Amino acid sequence: MKPLEDRIADQVKQIPRSGIRDFFELVQGRDDVISLGVGEPDFSAPWHIREAAIYSLEKGHTSYTSNLGLLSLRESISRYVTGQFGVTYDPANEVLVTVGVSEALDLVCRALLNPGDEVIYHEPCYVSYSPSIALAYGVAVPVETRVEDEFVLKAEDVAAKITDRTRVILLNFPTNPTGAVEPVEELQKIADLAIEHDLIVVSDEIYCELLYDEETGMELGEHVSIASLPGMKERTILLHGFSKAFAMTGFRLGYACAPQILTEAMMKIHQYSMLCAPIMSQNAAIEALENGAEEVERMRRAYARRRNLVLKRFREMGIPCFSPGGAFYAFPDIRKFGLSSKDFAFRLLEEEDVAVVPGDAFGMAGEGCVRACYATSYEQLEIAMDRIEAFVSRLES
Amino acid sequence: MDALVELLQQEARLTTSEIADRLGRSEAEVKEMMGKLETDGTVLGYHAVIDNETLEETPVSALIEVKLTPERDGGFDKMARRIAKFSQVTNCYLMSGGYDLAVIVEGPDLRDVARFVSEKLSTLDGVISTATHFQLKVYKQNGFLAKDSREDERLPVTP
Repeated sequence: MKPLEDRIADQVKQIPRSGIRDFFELVQGRDDVISLGVGEPDFSAPWHIREAAIYSLEKGHTSYTSNLGLLSLRESISRYVTGQFGVTYDPANEVLVTVGVSEALDLVCRALLNPGDEVIYHEPCYVSYSPSIALAYGVAVPVETRVEDEFVLKAEDVAAKITDRTRVILLNFPTNPTGAVEPVEELQKIADLAIEHDLIVVSDEIYCELLYDEETGMELGEHVSIASLPGMKERTILLHGFSKAFAMTGFRLGYACAPQILTEAMMKIHQYSMLCAPIMSQNAAIEALENGAEEVERMRRAYARRRNLVLKRFREMGIPCFSPGGAFYAFPDIRKFGLSSKDFAFRLLEEEDVAVVPGDAFGMAGEGCVRACYATSYEQLEIAMDRIEAFVSRLES
Repeated sequence: MDALVELLQQEARLTTSEIADRLGRSEAEVKEMMGKLETDGTVLGYHAVIDNETLEETPVSALIEVKLTPERDGGFDKMARRIAKFSQVTNCYLMSGGYDLAVIVEGPDLRDVARFVSEKLSTLDGVISTATHFQLKVYKQNGFLAKDSREDERLPVTP
């Protein structure tokens, strides 16, 4: 028999081991770690949403749903998206309910890419972008964003990467891992490029409810979706979901909104791979959209208070950290300590039992920074920041 | 200001500098805002939320429905204010529906509360009737669930 390693498809073999995975194993072996390494809310889903899921089970809703998702959920999504993004999608054929945005992204890549087609996206970024593109036989073309620009994506950098094989521009604002928000003027320039070069834009806006104003961070910041810019709806696939704002990560529910032809193409794959998203999660999601706004804002304000603490403490320690406009991550610049992101994170874990994720886990453009997630109780954050302070003052002495 | 009120409702023990950190303001600004809230009567006081059942000597609490005869001048206000002044009364609300005042009374034991109702409350001119409901168990108080603890089940590092 041939060795089993030789049975693995080339596409899979060539995907490098996840940097997050390595770090995870290291952290898991230790007690008393305060982890700022998570990528999800510390809140449970609000009770009224959990209760709706329980009720859905009580009523015996345990069957398949339409491949697209429950029509009532798609109608709720359509209304919500209109309110949130100012773009309206027809619930009948322009909305597809998926198992998280992760599935939606996979569907997008498989539906749009022929072998060798290029996808431009900005790094540092969520860890699944490059593998999802590669698994669909596409070519991942990262554009570097820089800490000096507060990780804003420059349209000129995008333009420099466009070739005749470019098919898609993939955006994620607010960004995981940096918390960066794209200014509208720059977003407009990217939209212009997409129109000029006839490209599809895929916009992952999973963090769009978690925005912080510039002054104190306590007020809700403004969100502009690229789908809402003139001429963009017809060439944009908008990805969103319930994990972050509604604290529903384990429900595994997201959605894609796109022109009918694109939605149908994604649905073709979804119906054979996933069939449909879990009905219990779908019923909970209707409750989330119809009655969840207040809880979302309450959680956002809790994140805002923690964000204020973390930013203040990093600055007091002399660690440069820009004010991220969204999500629940800070992305401090640790270059002045002369350590790589990995060494910084590993030593911080070893010496002070605080886990942050090395920036290079999100692409080489993240090197020199670490991701600190502040979706953790204020008390824990205070201890974590004290420990980081002790660590960096040792580094400096 | 709303952000400050929300924070005080959750954690009134914070120092002004701790509040300033959370709200992204200066300590002077926070002091000024708090002073305003106190003088305009928005903040009536600061207290700990206690689950009485955990105390060694558990006080007794009762909700009393009170029906009143409204007065020509001032409706229920005069009576309500008079009732609210008793130290045994912890909360007092004018209600819509089948009765007029909801009065929450606390005392060291059952007899003490019963005595207060029969001797003080029901003998007041204008009180038509009272109905006393003793509290048996606390599940949630002032927004806090009784003895609620939840382990963090999240994986320590996720993308």
